[in-house]
Amino acid sequence: MTAVAAKYEDLKKLDVEVLSVSVDSQFVHKVWQTEELSKMVEGGVPFPMVSDGAGKIGSVYGVYDEAAGVNVRGRFIIDPDGVIQAIEILTPPVGRNVSELFRQIQAFRLVRKTNGAEVAPSGWQPGKPTLKPGPELVGKVWEVWKPDLAF
Amino acid sequence: MEEMVFECGKSAGAKTIEEKQEIKEAIMATVKVGAKAPDFQAPAFYKGNFQQVKLSDFLGKWVVLCFYPGDFTFV
Repeated sequence: MTAVAAKYEDLKKLDVEVLSVSVDSQFVHKVWQTEELSKMVEGGVPFPMVSDGAGKIGSVYGVYDEAAGVNVRGRFIIDPDGVIQAIEILTPPVGRNVSELFRQIQAFRLVRKTNGAEVAPSGWQPGKPTLKPGPELVGKVWEVWKPDLAF
Repeated sequence: MEEMVFECGKSAGAKTIEEKQEIKEAIMATVKVGAKAPDFQAPAFYKGNFQQVKLSDFLGKWVVLCFYPGDFTFV
């Protein structure tokens, strides 16, 4: 959470808003913010901390663990039209990677900007070559892209 | 975009049949890549205040919707 908060200004530059969601009440969110988060990142978490009482939102999004009564670590990238572009779901013991979140958002923004004329191959990052899908690319990806570009 | 309003203070065990049906229908709407994100409205803590947040209010922006197990756990 604070890892995302620390990069919030950079996310805003990419026109991104963050919504964090747990089954805790908004009142517990406030206490967590005051007692802990604000000590980990200056000013605390700068985005809305949503309360998902009884896990209803999590149930709809398929991330609510009924036995444990909590939402697992689910992350959804939603585009400006309200369409889900990416989903990542992890069990609780392992945290997510904010750098990978950035990479995916940058890639989806590129695809959207070019209206799909350019796509982002494996491991793509800004500055690396994109692919331009079309009949002439079929069977010719090897000419313009090699696996070492993924790393 | 279908809207669901979630109130706080309702316990998990106290779902009415209609509520359960509502959830079932919403799940049937299927959350998957390429599909519209189900809309919701719920209470939030934001900028020092308690306020309602509605997903569809953010149309026009990219949204990262981030679920986590609970406050006071690492994320």
